[in-house]
Amino acid sequence: MKTFTPATARAGAIHLTIDGRRYDVDAEGKNLLHVCLSLGLNLPYFCWHPALHSVGACRQCAVKLFKDETDTKGRIIMSCMTPVTDGMRLSIEDPEARMFRGQVTEWLMVNHPHDCPICDEGGECHLQDMVVMTGHAYRRYRFTKRTHRNQDLGPFINHEMNRCIQCYRCIRFYRDYAGGTDLEAMGAHDDVYFGRQTDGTLENEFSGNLVEVCPTGVFTDKTLKMHYARKWDLQTAPSLCVHCAVGCNTIPGERYGALRRVRTRYNGEVNGYFLCDRGRYGYEFVNGGRRLRQPLVRTGDSLQPAAAADAVSRVGAAVSRATGSGASAIGIGSPRASLETNYALRSLVGPANFYLGVSDRHLAILRLMTRVLREGPAPIASVRHAARSDAVLVLGEDVWNTAPILALNLRQASSNAPAAAAMKQKKLNAWDDAAVRGAIRHEKGPFFIASVEATRLDEVARECHRLSPSDIAALGFATAHEIDASAPAPAGLSEPIQAAAQRIAAALKAAEHPLVVSGAGLAAPEVIQAAANVARALKKAGRDARIGLVFPEANSFGASLLAAGGLDDAGRVLAAHGGRVLLVAENDLFRQMAPESARSLLASAGHVVAVDHTTQATTEAAEIVLPSCTYAESSGSMVSSEGRAQRYFSVFPPLEPAQSAWRWFDEIAVRAGKKAAAWKGLDEVIRAMTQEFPELRGVRDAAPGADYRLNGSRVPRKSIRESGRTAVTANVSLHEPPPARDPDSPLAYTMEGASIGAPASLNARFWSPGWNSDQSVSKFQVEVSGQLIGGDPGVRLFEPPAQEAGMYFPPSPADQPARDGMLMLVPRYHVFGSEELSSLAPGIASRTSPSSISLSRAECEKRGLREGDRARVTVDGAEATEMAVLIREMPEGTASIAPGVPGTPVLPLPAWAGVTLASVAAEAER
Amino acid sequence: MLKPLTADIRPDRAALPLAAYESAGGYQGLRKAIAQTPFQVQQAVTASGLRGRGGAGFPTGMKWSFVPLSGGSAGGAGADSSGHRYLIVNADEKEPGTMKDRWLMEGNPHQLLEGALIAAWAVQADIAYIFLRREYTRCAESLTRAIAEAQKAGYVGERVLGSEWNIALRMHMSAGRYMCGEESGLLNALEGRRATPRNKPPFPQVSGLWGRPTVVNNVETLCNVPHILREGAEWYKALSPGSDPGTKIYGVSGKLNRPGLWELPMGTTARQLIDLAGGMRDGLRLRGLLPGGASTDFLSAEQLDVKLDFDSVARAGSRLGTGTMIVLDDHTCPVGMVLSLEKFFARESCGFCTPCREGLPWVARTLEALEQGKGESSDLDILQQHVGLLAPGRTFCALAPGAVEPLGSALRLFREDFEAHVHQKRCPWK
Ligand SMILES: Cc1cc2nc3c(=O)[nH]c(=O)nc-3n(C[C@H](O)[C@H](O)[C@H](O)COP(=O)(O)O)c2cc1C
Ligand code: SF4
Ligand code: SF4
Ligand code: SF4
Ligand code: FES
Repeated sequence: MKTFTPATARAGAIHLTIDGRRYDVDAEGKNLLHVCLSLGLNLPYFCWHPALHSVGACRQCAVKLFKDETDTKGRIIMSCMTPVTDGMRLSIEDPEARMFRGQVTEWLMVNHPHDCPICDEGGECHLQDMVVMTGHAYRRYRFTKRTHRNQDLGPFINHEMNRCIQCYRCIRFYRDYAGGTDLEAMGAHDDVYFGRQTDGTLENEFSGNLVEVCPTGVFTDKTLKMHYARKWDLQTAPSLCVHCAVGCNTIPGERYGALRRVRTRYNGEVNGYFLCDRGRYGYEFVNGGRRLRQPLVRTGDSLQPAAAADAVSRVGAAVSRATGSGASAIGIGSPRASLETNYALRSLVGPANFYLGVSDRHLAILRLMTRVLREGPAPIASVRHAARSDAVLVLGEDVWNTAPILALNLRQASSNAPAAAAMKQKKLNAWDDAAVRGAIRHEKGPFFIASVEATRLDEVARECHRLSPSDIAALGFATAHEIDASAPAPAGLSEPIQAAAQRIAAALKAAEHPLVVSGAGLAAPEVIQAAANVARALKKAGRDARIGLVFPEANSFGASLLAAGGLDDAGRVLAAHGGRVLLVAENDLFRQMAPESARSLLASAGHVVAVDHTTQATTEAAEIVLPSCTYAESSGSMVSSEGRAQRYFSVFPPLEPAQSAWRWFDEIAVRAGKKAAAWKGLDEVIRAMTQEFPELRGVRDAAPGADYRLNGSRVPRKSIRESGRTAVTANVSLHEPPPARDPDSPLAYTMEGASIGAPASLNARFWSPGWNSDQSVSKFQVEVSGQLIGGDPGVRLFEPPAQEAGMYFPPSPADQPARDGMLMLVPRYHVFGSEELSSLAPGIASRTSPSSISLSRAECEKRGLREGDRARVTVDGAEATEMAVLIREMPEGTASIAPGVPGTPVLPLPAWAGVTLASVAAEAER
Repeated sequence: MLKPLTADIRPDRAALPLAAYESAGGYQGLRKAIAQTPFQVQQAVTASGLRGRGGAGFPTGMKWSFVPLSGGSAGGAGADSSGHRYLIVNADEKEPGTMKDRWLMEGNPHQLLEGALIAAWAVQADIAYIFLRREYTRCAESLTRAIAEAQKAGYVGERVLGSEWNIALRMHMSAGRYMCGEESGLLNALEGRRATPRNKPPFPQVSGLWGRPTVVNNVETLCNVPHILREGAEWYKALSPGSDPGTKIYGVSGKLNRPGLWELPMGTTARQLIDLAGGMRDGLRLRGLLPGGASTDFLSAEQLDVKLDFDSVARAGSRLGTGTMIVLDDHTCPVGMVLSLEKFFARESCGFCTPCREGLPWVARTLEALEQGKGESSDLDILQQHVGLLAPGRTFCALAPGAVEPLGSALRLFREDFEAHVHQKRCPWK
């Protein structure tokens, strides 16, 4: 299956002999371990990691290298630290090499507690696999083992230091790769400790990757521990993270109706080997107590359980009456619901009556971003592109908090340019991680950030500019103008901004693969336009430029393509003709608009029908509530910020009567007489949708349809090793229950059938004989860290038109100067707390900082406030909210609040606002 | 017999003040060097045949030639002119049994400074560090005073001796681990990181401190340099009768009548040294010796006439190392001696690579079991295997291969003693 190694000799390829077999590989500049694994050979390793590269610490990857045909002795070398060269002869099977590798394993096991039966890693442990692979079986060491004290590392990660084999991967990921500071290697010799200086929560937002990076059971998933099941007992399916618009690919695992954990599903273009902690630990909302399990119908003040058929008939009848009356039903879609759900609601109410459940202003931003990406001033950057770019300009977006995995990759990109220079000058190998990092200690690449306040990416940036939204836009417009004089220049630029624009323009222009990143985070159209201009200017200057725009929610991009208008529009229509039927799909309007607006919108409708999987303010205010499924119990498609259509598949069947939201809308449509027959499955919804929206054609190709079969069978969601399959319900019946049906996918809720060989989009797990851990991913890749065999899943929907079509945006006029006492109030997002569903997970909730307002020191001093004070914040005379005051490095006259975090009012941001802050303590004194 | 390095050191080792150093010809070498191009200075040192005294005996001039200068390097690396270059004095001296650098730094600090400055000029460094072992507080005092004197006299600082060259000279007290003396571990330590070694290539000359070109030289190595510049390569070569030039500070420790340090022509034999040390104490018999600190193979009592220069000791199956020998007598248990060494090495392992981190403690515990009478015959196999397994290239750095040198040779030379421990279930010396 592997395409890395065509069997025939080719000119230009590197030829090498491994154990007497000849290989020709395109592996210029790669190390031998990379080559061997890419060839599908089994060679054990620990300290090497495909994203963290080589350091040569563990000595597990030893092979024998021979000088030439006459050399029979050879010498032991570390494959991960040896560059491949043409004509090399090596042996993995050489007895001395095998003996040495076995010895390395024996050494590693000297202090290992051998507690696999009670270890959470057991069954998917790289150490177990490598022990078996090297053949070390008997312990000769007869002395005592060293032991360590474990630490409480917070809600996400369990710590069991005795299992450590000192591969140094954890600190290399946590510190070097993710920029964390509170995990360290301490001590020396055979007493090295990997932990924090004191017990406490690991602070880095990517800490959860330690559970995958660590090859043993030192760092394991603490949320899994609370409802533990072995990997082989988890039912899994290829899925997507729903907690932001990066669209990371995931493998959630379920057992007995509860979701137990989420692991990374490698996708070279989208997320590589990692997830952020929101994506990994947000899943607990699926098992949460706020799940809706029954249809509910309002009687008086309360919602009472009702039969599904009754609820559907009531809604169907109302919709049918409404259609007859000429004031047809209104549908409000959702940026967190699938394309299919949004489309089904749209079909039910009719295209003109379907609105996206976000404010008009917000929708305008989404539309602007869509327009930019559709016109394509430059191709859209995938996360892989981002990681490879050699100059970056971030305009206004706090990527770390709005698109964490993109930020993690931008963090690596920041060192590309200096690393490339050092590699050339000092003849270093790209995979020699310590050498490359060591060579560029003090250097920062051409990485520029313009933001209102400090961001976590600042530490890798060459320049950070703290500016108001309009100044950020001005800097962008000016930069574009500096790159291409035909790009319009903004008026009235301050001298420092002008100078910065010149420096940034020069650096971007000097790069080969420059990248501009912005997004909806500031909700400032001029910032997005400025970013588009910079990308266009770079493209015109002949650069291989890319643009990345961060969408706010998992399917904001996709849903916005289907909608006729936004919430304010919907509100106007509802108010104009009272008594209409309103259907809301998986959306809490109270998060999208101020409570009084949401209340009056709902009040202006005659009937409010809310479909969602989780109780929230809108379902609580509805007349009829229908229970839908989370991503874990349903299949569907979403469009990521990259414009990539991706499919997720249900991990386990829904608990009836809950069903996918689109099925509810479809049933209602049938019941209302709008449709003769129901859609039979997801494929039919997708077919109808793509016929109506040719632009979405890629959605169909994002994964095989439900009729796909591998060797005549569906692809199993369960592993061949699942235990107790036939015995689990034996207390009820000796007959094995039939597996649940799945009309929406070619996956089966069973262990029968083969999974190896399925297209990557149907990969339910990474497993290969002898490779039980996630490290088996290399068996699924064309080449280590390359594409998955058959292509990385997902289909990009937008590529720039062949003919350069678009025009530069004209710079927007400068803001009116601030009025006395007014502040430019902007949104500030957080990995933990800003997103609705993940915030329902207890771990994420515990990591969420309380609602706060940040201000510059000068603004605080003006108001007599100090860091940490609690203040009553009143915005434009509205109800006062109590918040913590944070002093941040930001321009005077600006302030930020954290939308979505409990206690933060829903406001249209950014906006000049009359903000009054009164210290709570000061009031108490008065 | 000429003793260029130590002739001016007072018997009480009180630091030679600047004036005294100058009147003995001090800083003439630096003046001469600055009048030449860096390349010429490199050539002069290469011509002298000076080899590094830090343990590995690498030719010093060649080491310098790998530093990329503005016009490229003599050793073939491309030009690199954008930023600092560093010269680092390795004054960590943690090798057991070794205290030669201490003598030089306490007694004649300016000699080291002058050598370091000439080296810095030769590689066009603008910053030099002395990386000093924490326990060497007397050296710290003498060096601190000397640096201040040299600064005042214009040997250090901006526009040295009226030239265009600026050099900053700083002293850094090591936090103190054996690994800090290994040159790349030293660089990490100096950067404030864990003292784990770096892989080579890249060599420090190309990518050293903070990624910049860096030369690390031993104290004794650098102390030779002023004399080479002042007196010339031919003079320097004539200091020793053999092919390995110059003098060497030799040391002898163990149960001898007068253990100590001597500056002698390179290639002096072990027997001559033992005679200088007054022979064995109390009628003890010499059973073997470690010629160059703890991390070298034992030479047997039959090998006392081996010339102690780099090549001759290598031919005899060991290494000259630091040139400071430790003598084993017939009333000391060789297993106990090796145990004490391996305990040191196991403790000083940096913990980065598996064979050393896990192998050396296993070795030490096995030796301990033998000493305690709890040895098993398979233990000798385990020890022997470790000698082969902790070979160069299999471990990440040279610490572990060095650590098993005394073990491997002891197993060969004193096999019966190891076996006696197993069979008698006790240490026969106790
Ligand atoms: C474990 C270890 C410890 C070392 N300790 C020292 C030391 O304390 N002082 C020293 O000069 N060299 C030490 N070295 C040697 C240095 O790595 C390096 O080779 C030397 O400083 C180079 O100087 P030279 O070329 O002048 O000999 C040590 C090497 C190893 C492997
Ligand atoms: S804790 Fe895990 S990742 Fe870290 S060094 Fe130990 S085994 Fe490796
Ligand atoms: S929240 Fe976003 S970045 Fe994080 S795992 Fe999910 S999709 Fe990826
Ligand atoms: S051999 Fe390995 S563990 Fe030992 S000091 Fe060197 S790098 Fe560290
Ligand atoms: S994987 Fe090669 S040394 Fe660890």
